[in-house]
Amino acid sequence: MPVMGLTGNYAVAHAVRLSRVEVVSAYPITPQTTIVEKLSEMIEKGELNARIIRVESEHSALAAVYGAASAGSRAFTATSSHGLLYMHEVVWWAAGSRVPLVMAVVTRAIGPPWNIHVDHQDIMDQRDTGWIISMAQENQEVLDLTIQAFRISEDPRVYLPMIVGLDGFILSHTRAPVDVPEQELVDEFLPPRRQPYVISPETNLVMGNIAPDDVHFLMRYSMAEAMEAAKRVIEEVDREWGKLTGRSYGGLVECYRCEDADYLAVITGSWSGDAKVAVDKLREEGIRYGVLRLRFIRPWPAEKIAVHAEGKKGVLVFDRAISMGGYGPLFSDVSATLYGSRISLEGVIAGLTGVDVKPRDFAEAMRRFASEVDEKGFVYKPREWLLPRKYRENPEKIREVARIWS
Amino acid sequence: MARIEPAETLFLAPLSRPAPGSAGRTGTWRVVKPVVDLDKCTGCMLCWLYCPENTILKTGEGKVRIDYEYCKGCGVCANVCPFHAIEMVVEG
Repeated sequence: MPVMGLTGNYAVAHAVRLSRVEVVSAYPITPQTTIVEKLSEMIEKGELNARIIRVESEHSALAAVYGAASAGSRAFTATSSHGLLYMHEVVWWAAGSRVPLVMAVVTRAIGPPWNIHVDHQDIMDQRDTGWIISMAQENQEVLDLTIQAFRISEDPRVYLPMIVGLDGFILSHTRAPVDVPEQELVDEFLPPRRQPYVISPETNLVMGNIAPDDVHFLMRYSMAEAMEAAKRVIEEVDREWGKLTGRSYGGLVECYRCEDADYLAVITGSWSGDAKVAVDKLREEGIRYGVLRLRFIRPWPAEKIAVHAEGKKGVLVFDRAISMGGYGPLFSDVSATLYGSRISLEGVIAGLTGVDVKPRDFAEAMRRFASEVDEKGFVYKPREWLLPRKYRENPEKIREVARIWS
Repeated sequence: MARIEPAETLFLAPLSRPAPGSAGRTGTWRVVKPVVDLDKCTGCMLCWLYCPENTILKTGEGKVRIDYEYCKGCGVCANVCPFHAIEMVVEG
């Protein structure tokens, strides 16, 4: 199996090629653009036998692949940020129709002001829609998850579309060694497309017609149950991929130095790597943290989180997104999962809008939480702000910036 | 709460299989009706594809026939016909 130096976006493109996708449609948006550029090049060279549908917007891009998938094709799209928000209506339609489909979301902040850098606001905004949502930490995992996404989405126990999340620029535009599997291996892993129904001019089938309210209710129930079933499928698929390639990531979650830890840091996406570096550093100081990295946001890995959190003194949740007027989205769900456990909890809002969070920033938040729990015995802080370092060190600067930007 | 079937056996999708007459004899709603000029019709089936009510039927001769029992007279077929073979005529 050749190891190639690939950006996260090119890793997606290679995974799409290996998954024998038949229809691609997307609209250019930074930092997603190079995924479809690469796919277009592969199609032009004859390396991928697929059709590209050119469209005038993201709303149409997802509508096009949703249509192609309904008609029986393995289809793929990719987007980011404002593009994802623009297609949001069709995001719901695709999931509610139970059409297997895969979309890469290269995470990026949402404006205004205009911004192209990473945070998780765009992908977190999709978490109620019925799409399975995964988040990668590194480029190898991006490739592996994208191939697995077709398998998971097309599993008859699931039949829901899936988002593969990768962080803008940190993964999307950064080259790293990626083991690209042979076509035969992927063919063995990924069976021909399965889907619950196929719409064609020859079938007497209408999708999306009005349904009685009580039937619609049952459809929502059926989707929620399929999400539960997806938990088992995700674990199976991870194990099987591990047997074929030697790469198994732990399924819904990955636990780094959790077993003997007193505290857990819950986190998702590429910055989990920086949190792990911080954990290693804190171990040298005698503060025992572990990192519970969520590989999937939906289905929510509640059972896994509960098991790993059991017996810990505290759980510190890092959110790179915020529900305005509420909390970080991961914190809300972690808090619901651990209700009644009497484990100390804190939610930290950090790294929004592309602000870099370094291992020493993680270490600072972790150290502070651990010492507060040790001091008070029990802490529940749903929304703490880890401001950019220069404002933490020099709070007067905040007023200064506000005078200019107002 | 009532016991509900597990997901493996419970699958619902927003699908319907339209059947003739499920909304009544909708042909009575019509105020103008499409009339096909079979000399001009080439059997391209564009009207058949576009008809929102599935009331355009294929004939054995490779042309089309309109099911007036259910055609609501919307005129989409006349609009899309590249050969102007369908004319909308006032009912009466």
